[in-house]
Amino acid sequence: MNRRRNIPARIAGFYIDGFRSMTVGKKLWAIIIIKLIFIFLVMKLFFFPDILQRDYSTDDERAGAVREALIDRSRQQP
Amino acid sequence: MNDLMTVVDWSRGLFALTAMYHWLFVPLTLGLSVIVGIMETIYYRTKSQEWLKATKFWMTLFGINFAMGVATGIILEFEFGTNWSNYSWFVGDIFGAPLAIEGLLAFFMEATFIAIMFFGWNKVSAGFHLASTWLTTIGASISALWILVANAWMQYPVGMEFDPAQMRNVMDNFWAVAFSPVAVHKFLHAVFDGWVLAAVFVMGVSAYLIMRGKRREMAMRSVKVAGWTGAAGMLLTLWSGDSSAVDVARVQPMKLAAMEGLYDGSCGEEIVAFGILDPSKTHKDDKDPFIMKIAIPYGLSILANHDMDSYVPGINDLIAGRSMNAEGDTIDTVSYAERIAMGKKSHEALRQFDRALAEGDTAGMEAARAGIKENYPYFGYGYLESADEAVPPVGITFYSFHIMVLAGGYLTLFIAIALWSAYKRRRLWEARWWQWVAMLSVAVVWICSEAGWVTAEVGRQPWIIQDLMPARAAISAIPSGSVIITFVLFAAVFTALLAAEAVIMVKQINKEEE
Repeated sequence: MNRRRNIPARIAGFYIDGFRSMTVGKKLWAIIIIKLIFIFLVMKLFFFPDILQRDYSTDDERAGAVREALIDRSRQQP
Repeated sequence: MNDLMTVVDWSRGLFALTAMYHWLFVPLTLGLSVIVGIMETIYYRTKSQEWLKATKFWMTLFGINFAMGVATGIILEFEFGTNWSNYSWFVGDIFGAPLAIEGLLAFFMEATFIAIMFFGWNKVSAGFHLASTWLTTIGASISALWILVANAWMQYPVGMEFDPAQMRNVMDNFWAVAFSPVAVHKFLHAVFDGWVLAAVFVMGVSAYLIMRGKRREMAMRSVKVAGWTGAAGMLLTLWSGDSSAVDVARVQPMKLAAMEGLYDGSCGEEIVAFGILDPSKTHKDDKDPFIMKIAIPYGLSILANHDMDSYVPGINDLIAGRSMNAEGDTIDTVSYAERIAMGKKSHEALRQFDRALAEGDTAGMEAARAGIKENYPYFGYGYLESADEAVPPVGITFYSFHIMVLAGGYLTLFIAIALWSAYKRRRLWEARWWQWVAMLSVAVVWICSEAGWVTAEVGRQPWIIQDLMPARAAISAIPSGSVIITFVLFAAVFTALLAAEAVIMVKQINKEEE
């Protein structure tokens, strides 16, 4: 029972010890963190909204919007 | 150019840039994990500390590459929702299933076993550690499988039915999607390409280490493992590439015609080994497509059909409705003018469905649904005004294909000499010129790999989904300015990050032996 309770702590310890003893260097981790922040907190939030999720609240509305867009494009010249 | 086409072109550019950036890391991850697995297996069996050192050295470079590439692929998924929202909705169910499986596998398999691979050296048994290394390798390849299944469906849409009420293609046969020949061959070709790429990377880095007088014994051991991996990878890449060429001939004959700059096909068609296209040539004139060329007789017929006398259609033949059957015989099929007309009928039925839906006219909806279904195989052609729009950019497709083939030929020779010399003429690896050849081959193998993707993706234009949806219909109604800003920002930030990451990789390679 005791052993089972400790499993999450042991997994966490495994990762923490592993990261602490890494020899590759802090610069790599800095780059990875910068990249993840850039991807998820800058690009996703400000540059890559999910247009249909943002502009419509139900799947029927989204389907209607796409149907309208595809019908309209059919009439447009390139 | 109107704003819609500006958005299409910049969004295409952004997607291409992201995919090419992502593909710098993926094949190295796929292949280097195999090489590390082989080295660790040898260590496990021999208990040789030299093999342990080699395993740890390449595992560290694998880790840096993995960390460098982590999450870059997710930007492609962001782009689906922002730039390609019509497409994203249109294919939702089919694309969503493989990507969801990929996400789960990538997270659980790779996150778990990579951690054991790197952090578990003194914490788990040698056998469990070795199993974790191989499971990481298998996990990476399975992840690639589902991404490539999704990509293959775009090239060869099967296993679905279009529902105009949902405006989605609903998957009705998962296995047809997952194991279509295009998906299987594409997956194998990409994975084995990764083996070749990683093998050449290991040999190039080893040559550098020998040149710098560092880790010389480890470098020669590595060359041998890489040589065998590269040789196996190259043979399997050639085999899967041949199967992919047959698939292209069957399901995307226009792409094959563009790959070869072939306007008017014939039986016993030659293949161009090297050529320079006339950039002013179009399918409407009678000019010779080539300024000069060196061709191999019957080569294209053999490649496309495994039959030297078979027929291979050119761009003009396909537009006119002449194609080939599975036996390589000439057949009359649907001309592009007819496809455009059928596509427009399907669009008209979709309009009728939309009106019937608004009016709650169930009978009208069913009648319209039948009308859409009748011509649905050519739904995408309804967006085209002329057959010209259905011809991919011949120059980019032709040159990228031939760069891939020529680079592949060079790499076959390089790997053969590298492997032979590692056993029989070891002093070759001491020669400065050969060390440079090995190091420069690393650039060649990446160019080869990227050129393969350019061929596959540019050659299927204008289609984002073959025959069903051109890029013009798939694009979101977003301002072009925002796409341009995103492109510039992505290019600037990721180029800077790539440079910084490359410096870390080089530093690690240069590190003195502990």
